[in-house]
Amino acid sequence: MSHHIVEVKNLQHIYSDGTAAIKDVSFIITHGESVGIIGANGAGKSTLLQHLNGSLEPTGGSIHIGHTPLTKGTLPDIRRTVGMVFQDPDDQLFMPTVFDDVAFGPLNLGYTPADVEERVTEVLELVGAGHLRDKPPYHLSGGEKKRVAIATVLSMSPDILVMDEPTNGLDPFARRQLIKLMRDFKHTRIFTSHDLDMVLELCNRVIVLHEGVVRADGPTLEIFNNDKLLSECRLEKPFSMQGCPVCSSAIK
Amino acid sequence: MASIHKAVLDLKSLDLLANGNSSVHRLDARAKVLVSLVFILCVVSYGRYELAVLFPFFIFPIVMISMAGLPPLFILKKILLLCPFVLAVGIFNPVFDRQILLHLGPLGISGGWVSFASILTRSILTVGTGFILVGVTGFTAVCQALEKLGMPRVFAVQLLFLYRYIFVLTEESGRASRARELRSCGKKGLGIHSFSSLVGHLLLRTWQRAERIHMAMLARGFTGEFHASRQSGFGMPEIRFALIWSTLFIFLRLQNVPQLLGSLITGLNP
Repeated sequence: MSHHIVEVKNLQHIYSDGTAAIKDVSFIITHGESVGIIGANGAGKSTLLQHLNGSLEPTGGSIHIGHTPLTKGTLPDIRRTVGMVFQDPDDQLFMPTVFDDVAFGPLNLGYTPADVEERVTEVLELVGAGHLRDKPPYHLSGGEKKRVAIATVLSMSPDILVMDEPTNGLDPFARRQLIKLMRDFKHTRIFTSHDLDMVLELCNRVIVLHEGVVRADGPTLEIFNNDKLLSECRLEKPFSMQGCPVCSSAIK
Repeated sequence: MASIHKAVLDLKSLDLLANGNSSVHRLDARAKVLVSLVFILCVVSYGRYELAVLFPFFIFPIVMISMAGLPPLFILKKILLLCPFVLAVGIFNPVFDRQILLHLGPLGISGGWVSFASILTRSILTVGTGFILVGVTGFTAVCQALEKLGMPRVFAVQLLFLYRYIFVLTEESGRASRARELRSCGKKGLGIHSFSSLVGHLLLRTWQRAERIHMAMLARGFTGEFHASRQSGFGMPEIRFALIWSTLFIFLRLQNVPQLLGSLITGLNP
């Protein structure tokens, strides 16, 4: 039995105002896969992600993480298994210093102070933020905040890493650093993003959501080469797969 | 809004001062909080007409600023910011209390003016000490020290969250207010109506953010309890610091030092 399998079956979510954000979504993500969930604004990506660690309760259908059904009783275990990196790092970094923030999860898991110290140092080094450990989060730049937010989740040794728009608002250099960092992870990885070039680099499989249902699910290149599907789902090819605008205009 | 933004930047720079590495900075926060509390208690416990006895207390802020290498002008400006409030509290004393209390040559000074000066001096001393405490310790460490000294954890956590999100909130409200200003073309916009809906929006956004933060906490195994992560030592330097300063303050409080000095110099007993 693997802890790294995510199985979503006929998931449905209707918000209290009657909006059906997810109508029927099913997929299985297996150990070590890196999957991009893409779709237009309002397609249901963020709602779907919030179900994966029980932040939202499904209206219908079920979710299994490593063959364990997601219920109230299994929530604490599942939250340790599924590490969730939020879109806005200001929501994730709530403690007074970077060290305290990264230590928050391990302390809740009952690690001893010495273990916490070791774990925090290790993950901060891993994300290249060792020098920031005593700084308060409001003194950090956007890229630094994002890396520390990832460290706060990694410090709990999750088996599955879920990230909502990881490259959002980063400058090209910070984005490149982040992509490199995420490529090295051996976890099962699930991303949502509008940065399709990042998806192309990091994911071997893509799930396309459209109006609350799975419109396509397959190998990344196959999906990004399907122009008809992309335009129907209000998407475009990643820039790196489009012709060079300078060269093509020169040919004309 | 610009002034609020500036105040927040100032707050950040005050907090950055706490990153220093002087002997005062290195002391455990509890020692500094305790000494500051004793100082403030001694200063505010004087009667309303006592003024001269307050001056020896200036030794504490002066020594702290020089030992910690804080910028004195910066601290002074921060204190001046609070002066309007102090003036509002004390300005009517000279009007209501006209009884002549002391004579400077031909000039009679009323009790009102003396008590006003006393209020002003005490505010400068206590507020200045507060700023210096944050400048040499950092707001976070002050909160943690208060908690270790017995303040209920709920209050400490509330204070820490307030401090953490004050920056995020002022930025958010600054953006919203700038957007309103830009579209009201130098006029009042829609007046109180647009303003109240702006405040309402801010409240709702704060609410949503609080929910997201709570989710982030739950996602990391939060069960309602905050665990202290760092142990700090209350060793010899802290005991020495606390003892020396507290003894001095209590001595200054019990003895009238300016009078003692005066009688030593003039050789006259009061």
